[in-house]
Amino acid sequence: MSIKGKAYIVGIYEHPTRLATDKTIPQLHAESARGALEDAGLTKNDIDGYFCAAGDTPGLGALSMIDYLGLKLKHIDSTDVGGSSYLLQVGHVAEAIAAGKCSIALITLAGRPRAEGMATGTAPRAPERPMPESGFELPYAPATANMYAMAAMRHMHEYGTTSEQLAWIKVAASHHAQHNPHAMLRDVVTVEDVVNSPMIADPLHRLDCCVISDGGGAIIMTTPEIAKSLKRPLVKLIGAGEAPKHQMGGKVDLTYSGGRWSGPLAFAEAGVKPSDIKYASIYDSFTITVLMQLEDLGFCEKGQGGRFVSDGNLISGVGKLPFNTDGGGLCNNHPSNRGGLTKVLEAVRQLRGEAHPAVQVKNCDVALAHGTGGSLGTRHAGATVIMERE
Amino acid sequence: MAQTQQQTQPQQRKIAPPPVNPETEHFWEAAGQGKLLYKKCAACGEPHFYPRPHCPFCFSDKVEWQEASGRGTIYTYSVMRRAPVPYAIAYVTLAEGPTMMTNIVDCDLDALRIGQPVQLVFKPSDGGPPVPMFTPA
Repeated sequence: MSIKGKAYIVGIYEHPTRLATDKTIPQLHAESARGALEDAGLTKNDIDGYFCAAGDTPGLGALSMIDYLGLKLKHIDSTDVGGSSYLLQVGHVAEAIAAGKCSIALITLAGRPRAEGMATGTAPRAPERPMPESGFELPYAPATANMYAMAAMRHMHEYGTTSEQLAWIKVAASHHAQHNPHAMLRDVVTVEDVVNSPMIADPLHRLDCCVISDGGGAIIMTTPEIAKSLKRPLVKLIGAGEAPKHQMGGKVDLTYSGGRWSGPLAFAEAGVKPSDIKYASIYDSFTITVLMQLEDLGFCEKGQGGRFVSDGNLISGVGKLPFNTDGGGLCNNHPSNRGGLTKVLEAVRQLRGEAHPAVQVKNCDVALAHGTGGSLGTRHAGATVIMERE
Repeated sequence: MAQTQQQTQPQQRKIAPPPVNPETEHFWEAAGQGKLLYKKCAACGEPHFYPRPHCPFCFSDKVEWQEASGRGTIYTYSVMRRAPVPYAIAYVTLAEGPTMMTNIVDCDLDALRIGQPVQLVFKPSDGGPPVPMFTPA
């Protein structure tokens, strides 16, 4: 069974906060849900499926959030694979809808690492319970930045990728963020600005890293019949793929991501090629994340990502593949340290023709959103979704 | 005297103690004797790391402890600059095959390079067993 055309995205909302000192995480989930319901023209009691990631919903899995929101449901999924969870959930929603397990599904994300003063990328995060690998990793202080940095270092070694090429990814994001009034960083930056910013973890500079922000977002998905009864532009899911990648028992290879496997699954289901994609939301926890995922998804040959992203090729109206026109994680926001949901939101805006006019892609009929959850340097899940305007 | 030592010796990062459990206590006992162990599968012949009670390739439970020579090369690394004491995290590929996460220590962190030969050393952890690390050979 394919999910192609079986589910539509009818409601989206991005919480405008970037610093939520006066709000709780559940409150941000609820405000995001309210926004997406209003966008769809639906009400809370229409929801019969709830999807979230266990790691950003306080309580046992989804249960406390379901209670807090006051939901009566037929289907629950709180699968957590880190920042790509929400991309994976879009596919899971479509599966549930296609199987008749629910008809109107809500996905929410929220978090406030900035208000909580979390050193997201530069301090190791000790788990509540030891993981099987903990003894063989925690003593070495793997933070987030230095793990992605090791992937970047190897990519540079094998393919000659340069810091200047990586910097072009941030430059493109900044060109887009200048038009987003909610973006944390709205100043346009240059390649020189990026490579001259302080080194965080070699070879990644401060401007190679995404922002730390509070916030949230929500998505409403439904059946083709209900979608067509609503007043919003029709955006349907046509392909989804998910694939974990890990250390492979010690056969470590940091030159590619799970996108190498999730991408082809999504493209095959959608029946489209990378060259058909008019706009791409690509998870940008770091510049290297974008470069590697673009290669793995087939937008360019493996090893050619540096050349591909250079000279503004990712800037809307300038390059061949407009990406992250909201400014992405590098400039706009990274709620709960998880960038997967906002990737879907901007892709839907593009397909609806509701992106900022300065970055709106002309005739945007097919868009992709992809993310890597977990760590590029150890274990992660790649998740790809392809959407089409009807 | 203690003060002088603190000023002249390079500052050391506090190393988090590895959690020790029934699966790994033999590994950490060996570490206490200066030995780095890995596992090898008697069924399919594949070595693996981190060590498990099963083979992650063929899922046989006929896995055996092996002692590594302590020789390896740097697969990749990164120097974390935004830390109270900058340190180098790395993946080192052991002469026996598997690649493991580690730190590169006792060296000029700015002179590290991929492919560099390295040698096993052990460093004390904060209240736990000594931890295998590497230094340029």
